[in-house]
Order: sequence, then structure tokens, then C-alpha cells
Amino acid sequence: MELFQYPFMQRALIGALVIGLAAPALGIYLVQRRLALIGDGVGHVALTGVGAGLLLNRSPVLVAVVVATLGAITIELVRARGRTSGDLALALLFYGGIAGGVTLVGLSDATSANLNAYLFGSLITISPQDLTTIVVLGVVLLVTMLALRPALFAVCHDEEYARVAGLPVRTLNMLLAVGTAVTVTISMRAVGVLLISALMVVPVATAQQVTRGFRSTMAAAMALGLFAAGSGVWVAANADTAPGASVVLLAIASFLVVAIVGAGRRALRRRRTDAETPTAEPHEVVLG
Amino acid sequence: MSAPVIAVTHGVVSYDGRPVLRDVSLTVDAGEVVAVLGANGSGKSTLIRAVLGLVPLNAGSIALFGTPLRRFRQWQRIGYVPQRLGAGSGVPATVREVVASGRLARRGVLRPPGRADRAAVDAALAAVGLADRAGDPVATLSGGQQQRTLIARALAGEPELLVLDEPTAGVDAASQEAFAGALHGFVDGGATVLLVAHELGPLRPLISRAVVVHHGGIAHDGAVPEPAGHHAEPDHDHVHPHGPDEPTGLWSS
Repeated sequence: MELFQYPFMQRALIGALVIGLAAPALGIYLVQRRLALIGDGVGHVALTGVGAGLLLNRSPVLVAVVVATLGAITIELVRARGRTSGDLALALLFYGGIAGGVTLVGLSDATSANLNAYLFGSLITISPQDLTTIVVLGVVLLVTMLALRPALFAVCHDEEYARVAGLPVRTLNMLLAVGTAVTVTISMRAVGVLLISALMVVPVATAQQVTRGFRSTMAAAMALGLFAAGSGVWVAANADTAPGASVVLLAIASFLVVAIVGAGRRALRRRRTDAETPTAEPHEVVLG
Repeated sequence: MSAPVIAVTHGVVSYDGRPVLRDVSLTVDAGEVVAVLGANGSGKSTLIRAVLGLVPLNAGSIALFGTPLRRFRQWQRIGYVPQRLGAGSGVPATVREVVASGRLARRGVLRPPGRADRAAVDAALAAVGLADRAGDPVATLSGGQQQRTLIARALAGEPELLVLDEPTAGVDAASQEAFAGALHGFVDGGATVLLVAHELGPLRPLISRAVVVHHGGIAHDGAVPEPAGHHAEPDHDHVHPHGPDEPTGLWSS
């Protein structure tokens, strides 16, 4: 545990915990809307922001917030239009984003190690300024997602009904798009753009195997995210593994454990009810 | 004399240049229970979707409670019951959570639910006979019970006008009766109903007027027409396929 006496490890842990809590709080709405992988796309776009930030000698995280927000709003506009060419537009945006990022990083003085830090996350190099950005944005995001839960739930559950109920559907959709961009950019430092969707989606997928309602799923997913982030950083510190990948692997391990335990319990229950009620259905016809 | 609850004047709707509604005029006054009947593709669903502002009019005008649709903001006066839930949801939601969305129009986006909201949700669940299923995930309910969840969601907002799109399509008999009972209670309170239906079933005694839509125009407006041909036979089981269906319910994928 003595590793956590170092300030850089404390920053890594605090950053991971904030992200572990905030990412599933937003991710649940994306899962509900069956847009689980949208975070991945926004992550690609955010990389262009990172490149621009490195090139202009500005905070890559803050520039990435701006660029990813613009990207997420574009994606939301394409989605709302419901055009058939939508997925092609998204493909252009995603790959344009990652190619733009790689090019801009190459043009700057940054090394490939810098690029790797954003592709795969680099928790232990989080600066105090980065941590402030992560904590402030994370808390704002968390409060928004929790306070607007009934309205965001209604919009993601049944958008037409929400419109007839007079809810500000367009504003709420934009809020989710911006929230996605913010989550992606603050998570980028922890798990990297290539693993971002995992933190937003996997805890939700784990939670909904055992929960019955939306609110309980949200609470459980946030608890699981917190657990994966905390234990992932701890494992990384002790086993000297990559923190971002450790966090994601632990989240996936929790999913598998819950899935296997759940399947086992269901099989057991089925066997028990089968034993109690033998096939008692009467024959419809009697032959002979 | 107060303004009609719904006034559609020379409404025209077309999709991609193909007219679906041509010059439709319809007035619904307070306290009326109007059934919109017609074959699949006649434009009856488009008519009510236009009334709710979900489909834009190409020509003509619509007013709700005397206010032009464009400027209408009192959505808490309207309860909408869709035919089924669209894409559905990947995340479980309890019956109570879905019904509680019906209060949002009344209490607004930012205010947390209060005692009145909880009481209205309880009353709506009781009205459709689902109080004992409030904590269950909607995906575990039968199709008819899910449909009752949707009407409870609309009733929870305590609307003055209820708009229903094929509320009894593919719904079991017990749920149809519960549905008719809930609608009865609503109508007895002096409220107005506009519903699209294929067949009326147990709702028939409630209907005060029928509007038949045919090829995008109104072919009949008045008394409920008597069923003819094999539809009139007492044991005629009116079952139509409604797209690919799944036995477990509307929410499951």
C-alpha cells in the first residue's frame, strides 16, 4: 500500500474513482438507447482534440473536451435526422477523427509515448491540473445525470412519448451528447480512447443481469464502476500492469462472475421446480 | 361554448410526396369519446399522430383546446398511449418507473417527485389493475399488461384528453376488460378520448362517435357502424398480424 503515499498514485486513484463513478451514470442512458458504442466513436473524435492541444501547446484534455463535444453534437444531429446515410456519416467522422489525431500528434513535438498515453490511458502521469479538470467535470456530470434521471429516462425509453409530454427532447438529447463527450475526454486519461466505452457500458451490462428497475441498475452500475476503478488501480500498482487495461479487465471479470453465478442459480432453480412438478399434463387423447 | 378539444381543418399529410391524409377535417368536443376506424394503411394512425404534432401537416391547421398546435404548450392536458414501445430498452425498468414518466409533463423536468406525484402513480396503477406488479420489470409482463402499463402512464398525468393508438391490438381478453374499465372511469370523470382502433370489442359501449378513415379521407362520421359480413359473427376472432411479434412482450428484444 505504500505506493499510495506518492502524490502521483493518489491522483491516479482519485481520478480513476471519479471516472468509475461518472462513466456508468452516463453510460446507462446510452445502453438504454442501444447506442452503447457511441462513446467509442466520440473517443475517436476526441483524439483529434488531443492532437490539436499538443500541437498548440494547450491542455490536450480541455481541447479534446471542445472537439469531442462538437463531434458528439454532430453525431446527435445525424441520429435525430434518422437518415439512412447516417452510419456512413458516422464512419467518416470516426475515422477522420482518429486519422486527424494521429496526424496532428505527429506534427507536434510529442512522442509516440504521448499518443499511447491517450490511446490506452496513463493514469500515473495525471498532473494536478488534469485531476482538477477530471474532478470538476466528473462531479458536474454526475450531478446532472442523477438530477435529470426521470426526464432522461423518459426520453431514452420512449422518445415519442416524451415529445407528446412536452419535454424539451432536443435539449435533453444534446445534453446527453455533450455529457458523452465530457465522459469520454475525462476517461481518456484513465483508460484511453480505445477502452472508453468499456467503462461506460460494462458496469451497466453487469448490473442489469440482476436488477429489476432502472434506478437500481444505475446505482449498481455506479458501484461496480467504482469497484473496478479502485481495484484496477490497486492491482496495477501491485502487479505493475497498465492501470487502464487492469480497470477494464476487472470490470469484464465482474461481468463474467455475475453472468456465471446468475446462470448457475437459474439452472438450480429450474431443476428444483422440475423436481417438484413432474410432467403432469394429461394426455389429450387415449389410444387403444 | 368553449373551444373544441381537437379541431383539424383541411389537414393534409404526405410522406415523400405520397399523400396519406387528404383534406381531413375533424372536430372533437369536450366529453366525447371518438373512435377512429379504418383498415391498415388508411391513414388513421397518421391522423392522430398529426393531432399530437408527431407528424407535420403539409397543409391545413390543427388546434388543441383552442390553441394552434404550433403555439400549444399545455401538454399536461394530454395523455398519449402509443400502440407499443418503439425500439424498447436494453436496461430493465419497473412498471412503476415507466408509469412515473407520465407525471413529467405536469411536474416539469427539474422538480423531484412529491407526494401528489406518488399518489397519482398509485391511482393510475390501481385503475388498470397492475398495483401488485408495480415493482416488476415491464419486460416480464404479458403484452396486454404492458399495454395497461402504457395507459397507466398516460392516466398518471391526470390528462383531460386521452389519445390512444390501437390500444387493444393483440391484447388478451382479461387485459381488454381491465383496459375498458380504466377507460370507463376516465370517461365518467368528464374527460375526452380519441382512439384509433381496428375493432372496438369491450370498448364499444363507451364510444359516442365513430370516424371511419378510408384512403386518407373521412368516409363516415357519426354513429358506430355495425360490423358486417364475417366480422359480425359473434365468435369472429379479429386477429391480424402486426409485424414480427414475440410472445414475451413488447419490451423484450
